[in-house]
Amino acid sequence: MLRKLRLTVAILALLAVTLLFLDFTGTLHVWLGWMAKLQFVPAVLALNVAVVVALVIVTLVFGRVYCSVICPLGIMQDIIAWFGKRGKKLPYAYSPAKSWLRYVMLAVFVVACVAGVGSLAALLDPYASFGRIANGFLQPLYQWGNNLLAYFAERADSYAFYSVEVWLKSLPTLIIAGAVFVFVFVLAWRNGRTYCNTVCPVGTVLGFISRFSLMKITIDEEKCVGCHLCARKCKAACIDSKNHKIDYSRCVDCFDCIDSCTHDAIAFRVAKRPAVQTGAKEKVDGSRRMFLTSAAAVTATGLIKAQEKKVDGGLAVIEDKKIPERATRITPPGSLGTRHFYQHCTACQLCVSVCPNQVLRPSGGLLTLMQPEMSYERGYCRPECVKCSEVCPAGAIKPITKEEKTAIQIGHAVWIKANCVVETDGVECGNCARHCPSGAIQMVPEDASNPDSLKIPAVNVERCIGCGACENLCPARPFSAIYVEGHERHRTI
Amino acid sequence: MENKSDKNISRRKFLKIVGIGTATSAAALYGCSADSEKSGSVKAARQIPADKMTYRTSPKGDRVSLLGYGCMRWPTIPSPDGHGDIIDQDAVNELVDYAIKHGVNYFDTSPVYVQGWSETSTGIALSRYPRESYYLATKLSNFSNYTRDNSIAMYRRSFKDLQTDYIDYYLLHSIGNGGIETFRKRYVENGMIDFLIGERKAGRIRNLGFSFHGTVDVFDEVLAMHDKVHWDFVQIQLNYVDWRHASGNNVNAEYLYGELSKRGIPAIIMEPLLGGRLSNVPEHIVARLKQRRPEDSVASWAFRFAGSHDDVLTVLSGMTYMEHLQDNILTYSPLVPLTKEDYDYLEETAQLMLKYPTIPCNDCQYCMPCPYGIDIPAILLHYNKCVNEGNVPKSGKDEGYERMRRAYLISYDRSVPKLRQADHCIGCRQCVEHCPQSIDIPNELHRIDRFIEQLKQDTL
Repeated sequence: MLRKLRLTVAILALLAVTLLFLDFTGTLHVWLGWMAKLQFVPAVLALNVAVVVALVIVTLVFGRVYCSVICPLGIMQDIIAWFGKRGKKLPYAYSPAKSWLRYVMLAVFVVACVAGVGSLAALLDPYASFGRIANGFLQPLYQWGNNLLAYFAERADSYAFYSVEVWLKSLPTLIIAGAVFVFVFVLAWRNGRTYCNTVCPVGTVLGFISRFSLMKITIDEEKCVGCHLCARKCKAACIDSKNHKIDYSRCVDCFDCIDSCTHDAIAFRVAKRPAVQTGAKEKVDGSRRMFLTSAAAVTATGLIKAQEKKVDGGLAVIEDKKIPERATRITPPGSLGTRHFYQHCTACQLCVSVCPNQVLRPSGGLLTLMQPEMSYERGYCRPECVKCSEVCPAGAIKPITKEEKTAIQIGHAVWIKANCVVETDGVECGNCARHCPSGAIQMVPEDASNPDSLKIPAVNVERCIGCGACENLCPARPFSAIYVEGHERHRTI
Repeated sequence: MENKSDKNISRRKFLKIVGIGTATSAAALYGCSADSEKSGSVKAARQIPADKMTYRTSPKGDRVSLLGYGCMRWPTIPSPDGHGDIIDQDAVNELVDYAIKHGVNYFDTSPVYVQGWSETSTGIALSRYPRESYYLATKLSNFSNYTRDNSIAMYRRSFKDLQTDYIDYYLLHSIGNGGIETFRKRYVENGMIDFLIGERKAGRIRNLGFSFHGTVDVFDEVLAMHDKVHWDFVQIQLNYVDWRHASGNNVNAEYLYGELSKRGIPAIIMEPLLGGRLSNVPEHIVARLKQRRPEDSVASWAFRFAGSHDDVLTVLSGMTYMEHLQDNILTYSPLVPLTKEDYDYLEETAQLMLKYPTIPCNDCQYCMPCPYGIDIPAILLHYNKCVNEGNVPKSGKDEGYERMRRAYLISYDRSVPKLRQADHCIGCRQCVEHCPQSIDIPNELHRIDRFIEQLKQDTL
C-alpha cells in the first residue's frame, strides 16, 4: 500500500519535473513551476526558508521520502534499477555505510558553494544534474517531435504548432550531462541507490536528519524469521537483517522491504525513541555564502556552433554572427548581477529550456561552467519576455515584470566604428536605433560639419538596458558593429 | 500564386509523383470529342482542347497565340550543392511540351530572369522544336552596366543561350524605371537604339519594341520616337485593376492601350494577373466572380479581360505550375470575349479590391537579391496574404485579435526565415529603383516590422 502510494507520487513528480524541462513555451510553469521550487538545493540557494523548513520537517517526521518522491534524479535511478534488476529475485545485499565518502562529498559541496565555485556545486546538485540531462537529451527529442507536428500543421494550414530551432548550446555541458548520466546509470543499474548514499550531498544532509525522524521502518524481532529477504530487496543496501538494524541515514523510505516480508515483521511506524529536534541543517542553508570570486573570472566563451541556415536562390548568403569577446558577461535581468547570479545558480538549465529567443545558454569557464549566460547572435532579450525570471527555482533570477524589465540595466551597448556598414558599405542604416526599445540610440551625422553625411549611432548608456536588440539586428557580420558589454551589478534606471 | 513557399513546391512535387496520371488524363482528353460530352454523364469538368487556341495576327503577319509564355518564373529545385536553387529543366521541358501541344507559340524571356538562367533553360526546351514553329522574345536588360560594349555583349549572348540565329521580338527592357534620364543613358547616348535598328534591318531582329513601367511623360516621349524608330510592338502592364486604378507612379492601362491603339501598334500584355494577386483575392471577391461564372477560375476573368482587347497580340503569363498553364489554355481555347456587362462587373470588382490595403508586389524578384539578405517579395506577399485572409488586426481590441496575432506571427516565421525578415532591413534603399511597381520597399518593410513588433509585444 505504502509502496504503491510512493510509486504513484514518484512517477507523477518525475513526469511533472521532466515536463518543465521539455516545455519550451514556458506555459506549464504556471501549473507545475512549484515542483522545481520544491527541490532542496535550489530552495537552499534561493534562501527559500519556507520550503527548506518544510522539507526538514517532512524528513523529521517521515525520513528521506524526499529522495523517493520529489528528487527527479532519485526517481530516475529507481527506474534504472528496476530495469537493471528485472528477473533477479534477490538483487541486493547489505553493505556498511561509506560515511567518510559521504561527508567528504558534502564538505566539497559546501566548500564549493562558499568558495564560489558554482560549477562544482552545480555538478553535485542532483536536481540540476537531472535538469541538464533532461535539457540536453530529452528536450531536443521533444522539440523535434514538435517540429514534426508543426510540419504537418503547416500543411494543414493550422497554427496549432510552430517549429522551433534545435541547437547545441554548449558541448562541454552536454558532455558533462552525458557523463553524469552514464555514471548514475551504471551505479543504479548495478546497485540501486549507491549514488544517493555516497555522492549526493542532499542525500547526506537528509540522511543525517532522518536518523532522528519520528516514523521509521522497523523490524519486529519477534516476528522476524531471519530470512534476509528484506535486505536482499533493499536498493539502498541499508538493512542489516542479521542484527535487525536499519541504517536510517541511507533508507529512502521506498517501502519495498515491507512488501517483501512474508511474515509482516517490517512496518513503517513511530519509532520508540522520540526524534530529537535539531537545527543541523541550518548550518548549510542559513549562512550566506561569501563568494571569493572576483569579477576577473572572465573567460573567453568557447562555445561550439551548430549551424544550419539553408540559402535559397536569389538570396544573398548571410554569414553567421560570431560571439564578441565581452569584458563582462551578461546575465539575465532579475539576476541582480554576475556575482549574485553565479552564487545562486545550480545550473539546472530550466531558464535555458524556456528562453524563446535563443539568448540563454550554458557558459564556459571553470568556475561557472554550465551556469547560463546571455549572448545575442541568435536573438535578443525581447521586451515582452520575462520567462527565465518566472521559472528560476534557485532565486538566481528573481521574478520581475515586463515593466520592471524596461528599467533594469544588465549591460550597455558599445559601437565599433570599423564594423559599421556606414563605414564598410557607405550606406545609410540606423537599424540599431530603429529597434532600440529604450530609445537609447540616436543617429547623428558622421561628419558634424555636414548634416547630410551618413548617420552613425550615438548610444546613451544611461538609457541603454543591454537587451541586445541592436547587436542582434546589426547588419555587420560576423561581428556586429554594436555589441553589449555586461554589467557586474545590474542597475535600475 | 507563383510564390516559392515550400507548400507550393511540394504541390508541384506531388504533381510530379502523379505525373503519369496527369499524362493519361490529358491523353484521354485529346480523344474527347464533343459527342462524348453530350452522352450521359460528364467524365471531367475540365476538358482542355488542343486545337482551339485563339490567335492574333500582327501587322507583319505573325500568327501569335493569345496566350504567351512568360519565362520569368520557371520552376526551380534546390541545387545539389546545397547553395540556392536551380531551374528544374525536366519540369520546364514538360511545361513547354504541353504548351506547344496546345497551341502556345510565343515565349518571352530576358537575360536577367531566374537569376540569369532563363534564356539558357528556355533555349534548351525550345531547341527541340523547329525554329519556325515558335516566336522568341527577349530583352536588352542592361540595368546595371549601360556601356555599349556590355549592351552588345548581352545582346549577342542571348542568341547563344537561346540557340537561335534570329529573335522574333526584341525589347528594350523596362523603360520608365529611373525616368527619361535612365532611358537616354541606356539606349540613346550609347547608340544602342541605332544599333538595334540596324540589326532589325539585317533580319536578326524581326520586331523591335519596348516594355514599359513608369510615369506617363517617359511613355509619351518614347512613344513619340515611333516616327523615327517605328516600334513594331509595345509591352505594357494591363489588367482590370490597372486599367483605371494603376498604383504608385504607374500609368492607367486604359491610357497606354489607347495610345498604342491610336498608332496601330500591337500591345503585348504583361502582369495580366498582377503576379497572382488577381487570382489570390479576398474570399468575398472569389464568391462574387464564381457566382457569375461558377465553372471558371478566378484567374480566367483577368485573362479574358486582357485578351478581350482587339489590339492585344498576346497575353504573357509566367506559369510555374501545370495547373496554371492548363487553366490559361482553357481560358483562351477559344477566348470568350467580355461583354459590356462583364467589363462593368470587373470595374466594380476592381473598386472592391482597392479597399484592401495590399502592397502592389507582383513577386517579379527584380529587387532581389537584397545585399543584406532580406527576402523582400516573401515578406510583402506574406503581408498581402494576411490582408486578404483577414489576419491583419487593426487594434488589440479587434474581435479575434488573439487568433489573428497567432496566425500572422506563426505564418510569418513559416514564410520567411528569421534572418531574412523585415527587422533586418537597414533601409539602404538599393532595392527601390529596381521595383517596376515603384513600391517604396524600405518604408513598407519598416511599416510591417513595426506592426509585427506591436503584435509581438502585444501593444497594438
